[in-house]
Amino acid sequence: MSPMLQGLFTILIGVGACVGYFYLSNLLLDRVLFPPRGADPGRNISRANAVRPWLFLFPAMGALGLYLVYPVVGSFWRSLFNRSGEEFIGLGNYAALAGDEAFRTAVLNNLLWVLVVPAAATFVGLVAAQLTDRLSWGNVAKSLIFLPMAISFVGASLIWKFVYTNDADIGLINAIRAMLGAGGPVDVLQIPFWNNFFLMVVLIWIQTGFAMVILSAALRGIPEETVEAAILDGANPFQIFFRIKVPQIMGTIVVVWTTITVLVLKVFDIVYTMTGGNFGTQILPSYMMSFMFRDDGRATAVAFVIMLIVLPVMVWNIRQVRKEMQ
Amino acid sequence: MSGVAGQKARLTWAVHLTVAALVVLWLVPTVGLLVSSFRDRDQISATGWWRAPFAVEQAYRTQAPASDAAAAKGGFVIAGNVFETEDMARAFPDGAGRVTGFGITGRAPGAFAPGEVAEMRRGGTLSVAEDGTFRVQASEDLGRRDPRIYVIAASPPRLTLGNYETVLGADKMALAFINTLTVTIPATVIPILIAAFAAYALAWMEFPGRGLLIAAVVGLLVVPLQLALVPLLSLHYRVGIGQSFLGIWLAHTGFGLPLAVYLLRNYMAGLPRDIIECAKVDGATDFQIFTRIVLPLSFPALASFAIFQFLWVWNDLLVAKVFLPSTDEAKVMTVKIVDDLLGSRGGDWGILAAAAFVSMAVPLVVFFTLQRYLVRGLLAGSVK
Repeated sequence: MSPMLQGLFTILIGVGACVGYFYLSNLLLDRVLFPPRGADPGRNISRANAVRPWLFLFPAMGALGLYLVYPVVGSFWRSLFNRSGEEFIGLGNYAALAGDEAFRTAVLNNLLWVLVVPAAATFVGLVAAQLTDRLSWGNVAKSLIFLPMAISFVGASLIWKFVYTNDADIGLINAIRAMLGAGGPVDVLQIPFWNNFFLMVVLIWIQTGFAMVILSAALRGIPEETVEAAILDGANPFQIFFRIKVPQIMGTIVVVWTTITVLVLKVFDIVYTMTGGNFGTQILPSYMMSFMFRDDGRATAVAFVIMLIVLPVMVWNIRQVRKEMQ
Repeated sequence: MSGVAGQKARLTWAVHLTVAALVVLWLVPTVGLLVSSFRDRDQISATGWWRAPFAVEQAYRTQAPASDAAAAKGGFVIAGNVFETEDMARAFPDGAGRVTGFGITGRAPGAFAPGEVAEMRRGGTLSVAEDGTFRVQASEDLGRRDPRIYVIAASPPRLTLGNYETVLGADKMALAFINTLTVTIPATVIPILIAAFAAYALAWMEFPGRGLLIAAVVGLLVVPLQLALVPLLSLHYRVGIGQSFLGIWLAHTGFGLPLAVYLLRNYMAGLPRDIIECAKVDGATDFQIFTRIVLPLSFPALASFAIFQFLWVWNDLLVAKVFLPSTDEAKVMTVKIVDDLLGSRGGDWGILAAAAFVSMAVPLVVFFTLQRYLVRGLLAGSVK
């Protein structure tokens, strides 16, 4: 069977099974288990209505439980065992991590990413949102800045690897350097420490569009009276922007910031594609990948460290939602 | 907001220029790779992509065929055109070009200007004219040794689809493309279906523990998927799924669900209460309300999540690396590019660029046609 046919076939089965579950289970509930007739139709209806939410929720909750809740526990448990998973070694993997130079580099680099990328993407996005808002061709400009969102991290990494190529006849960076009269070409991805920032540029390039779109919606939501009042008071455009507008959309800025922060912790493709974690650019996800399929104990321990780093964001998110729901 | 008091003309110009600069800055890297995907290998390494529309000057080596030597007054003469020799026919298919210099050694391929006469090392002279005609003159028979000629010639800009042909044909990118589709479509449709039902239950059904479940979904939004890799892969092996398409659909479904449930619940909770209560009074069951009323009304939210999930799954590298077998038959495009092409063709930018754009084609089309919905979904999720 050709892969195309096999794909189509499996799509039909997967989607069919899904639709079938909801349709048949509801049919079963209404026709067979608690039909709204017989001795006490009212009781049957209310019973059916008590069961139905769980029928609706079951697949989603099942998948969430299995694919996101169980792994938190499962990863932690697995991280307490050795490489083969047979011998219980307690926190041995964590101790080994703490003693590993590469792990410390990965943590430091990850912190650097978390500090720089959300800040830069949010700031550039905010400026772009403000600037494009008034232009006649603003929407075109927005689309083009937003465009990298559609490109895979792998594709984006290739694009930037090309820009950074160590050859003045191929890479733009080295061509500009040559034009300005600098010496021979350099491989910017191999300059210790600074290469991290060259990798971050890729993610900033991707995420700025996201920040811009959301922040520009927030900017439009600002009541005009406040801006007009500021103008009457003689404020200049910069004062209006930083003193009047930014404070009013602070809530949205924080949301954008956290969303990008979470994304940064998940990013792996860029480092893997561009440097493979070499030249001191290792981050936790790529460090974890180096143990994947080799040493599950160590890999899960790294994964759990990532989880610990995300935990504050998670708690903050939940509290935020609870506050809104009340 | 145009024409607000306090806006000076000078500032407006500055805004136009800054935005233009920003857009150029954002586009240039992509354009560079796109242009390179249509150039051939020789031209990519000879000049930067920003000079693609211009002729490329390169050094070529060819030889005057000694068998063509004709006896002439005082020795032998070989005459011909460098652009018609076998060595240069590939770069100059129409047999014409412009010589800007020639030489007799590889170290100085352009030592002489066209029209000059160079003394060859083994005796005799060589001259090459600008249009490529050359003349070798020797006093003795050259035997079977063909005299070498080095020329610097400008080859016209050449755009080719060769890279795309190579990528899709020889490099099995076409198979990877189909694999990516096979992974992406079910991994987009299944979570939407599941999430829509759950979102409806969380938005409109009364049951104990609802608030807790909503909070749990929000919490799960940030669980890093790295956690799931090891325990779930071993679970997949224990239940017999192993590394397979089924496994990756389940994984993407699980990872996409929190966002799907969250976005859809927010949207559905905002639907007017009257409609749903009227339907209930008329005796509709929840299943009917959901399929006939809520689902059609939620189309914008469903569409935006679908685009999101589609882009996310299509562009994913990590989940595919872990949950799909690493055989050629099951590779998706991102894995193919990173693990195969980048390794074996690391310096072959034409091929890499073409591969990148093959993998970007579908997301870009989806993005540009459905951008409106995507933006609406983003806003529903993050702006209150």
